[in-house]
Amino acid sequence: MVTDSKVEFPRRAAWSAQLTRRLGHGDLFFRALTVFASMLVLLVTLAIGYELWGNSALPRDKFGLQFLTGVDWNPVTEVFGALPFIYGTLLTSFLAVLISVPIGLGIAIFLAELAPTWLRQPLGFLVELLAAVPSVIYGLWGLYVFVPILVQPTAKLLNANLSFLPLFEGPVFGPSRLAAALILSIMILPTISSVSRDVLLAIPRAQREASLALGATEWETISQVLMPYGLSGILGAVILGLGRALGETIAVTMVIGNNLDLSASLLHPGYTMASIIANEFSEATSDLYRQVLIEIGLVLFIITLLLNLIARLLVWRVARRVSTEARV
Amino acid sequence: MTALTSPLRLRGVNYRRRKLTNAVMLTLTGVATLLAVFPLIWIIAYVAMEGGRFLSVDFFTQLPTPVGVPGGGVANAIVGSAIVVGLACAIAIPLSLVAAFYVSDHPDAPLGVAVRFGTDVLSGVPSIVMGIIAYTVIVLTQKHFSALAGGFALAIIMTPIVLRTTEEMLRLVPRNLREGALALGAPEWKTAVQVLLPAALNGVVTGIMLGIARVAGEAAPMIFTAFGNPFFSTDPNQPIATLPHTIYIYAISPYKDWHDKAWTTALVLIAFVLGLNVLARGLTAWRTRQLSGR
Repeated sequence: MVTDSKVEFPRRAAWSAQLTRRLGHGDLFFRALTVFASMLVLLVTLAIGYELWGNSALPRDKFGLQFLTGVDWNPVTEVFGALPFIYGTLLTSFLAVLISVPIGLGIAIFLAELAPTWLRQPLGFLVELLAAVPSVIYGLWGLYVFVPILVQPTAKLLNANLSFLPLFEGPVFGPSRLAAALILSIMILPTISSVSRDVLLAIPRAQREASLALGATEWETISQVLMPYGLSGILGAVILGLGRALGETIAVTMVIGNNLDLSASLLHPGYTMASIIANEFSEATSDLYRQVLIEIGLVLFIITLLLNLIARLLVWRVARRVSTEARV
Repeated sequence: MTALTSPLRLRGVNYRRRKLTNAVMLTLTGVATLLAVFPLIWIIAYVAMEGGRFLSVDFFTQLPTPVGVPGGGVANAIVGSAIVVGLACAIAIPLSLVAAFYVSDHPDAPLGVAVRFGTDVLSGVPSIVMGIIAYTVIVLTQKHFSALAGGFALAIIMTPIVLRTTEEMLRLVPRNLREGALALGAPEWKTAVQVLLPAALNGVVTGIMLGIARVAGEAAPMIFTAFGNPFFSTDPNQPIATLPHTIYIYAISPYKDWHDKAWTTALVLIAFVLGLNVLARGLTAWRTRQLSGR
């Protein structure tokens, strides 16, 4: 088609017309550009893992897997163990999820099933605004308002009545794992509630109507029909919330007290993986010290990567299931 | 199915108990929602009250003063934040827009699926990790902290947000618009730039605004990329102050007057971030009304 020799073009025009056509009137360039940009985005994702891995070779050679279970942290003698941070991150994040899940699910149910239509949008927006408040402002508010006014009295109360449990052992400090977990639970609330609300909204109407027609109350419909139906999506929402909690940095750094403590007590100050990086990275003078912190970043990256993979697959599964059932 | 047999026993002994459970649980979901709105209002009100006390024109135009010296402002951090976020936009927006054209066009191609999955995963990676990446890629090569490194870190955080919203908005553009343009003989790139992008513009702008609002509040990656700077600087190759990082430094300092300044800086930041969110929301609502009106 392109080399139709019977048609007589003036020589120059033929040449340029052919070239334009060959290049798809600019589309060849356009397509190449879009593919290139997409590849670049993908490359960035992969490069993160590569950079973290490549820049943490020293401690991996020196400490191996013992790094993850070591409890000493001494930059002067260059002895590094990450257990206090891993422990602190896991403890505060799981506690935050524990607090946040019932409340977040309640919000999702209220917004998707119960609230009057005119209230749904503005209320949903207010809850989502919680996610928009910058982390450092949560930290500031947590440090000077939330912890002294609410967390510390709660901690004292828990300690006074339940100090026989190792979880609530004294002495009571203001900045503590409990404070971090409570701040985190507020911060991950919008993630859990908005993803589960979307999951609930995706469930076909027929499911609700069938259950209500059988005589179930609204709550029975929600808890026995909708929840099981959307379970994997809601689980995905919870895992996404957990992922956010694990990586949250500044707010936690400001209220957790930054202490290498391995006790079970929630009322003691602790430390997390993200906050040790935030606190010490710019002061890390030796290569080994800096690479140790990068390795902690690597651990954090791997954990959040896996959690996100699982969560996305779960949420995608609900969406697919809904679309296939709608077709039948 | 077995779970549903009990509701069938209508008006049985359990009937009142079931009604009561229903009422209690439904009320609790409303309480949960109030419980979430409460901290939001508390934070905004407190920041406005504490921060408002020291808000003045000087706060926007003056440089920070040393501890104990009254007055002064955060002009350097406001300009710094603008520069760092501007750098992030300059990298992230073109990249995500162009990639979004591909992904929205080929959602099921291997590369399309990989990019969508990659951005989903990328959006879950902690921002502090992005800071480390900017450090190893830029600070280690340049051998000093810089606004550029900060902008780079924020660009990686921003890309998935802008890419995903743009992609979704492009896919919402009716097929016949696209087909009409192609049938008229427009090349794909002209269709994309002159038909699809204008049709989706509103949503794309919303995505960009949400992206800016998100990264403008990031303090964690700034600590070891932009690093902070007590002086005025507009040089992308030099360390630079940013609003969130300034709040952090002021807040964890032991000085009372710096705490006051932290609250005022927080007021400036939260007003900007939440304002941008409200604006983005309004834009979406306006667009939805316009579309449904037609």
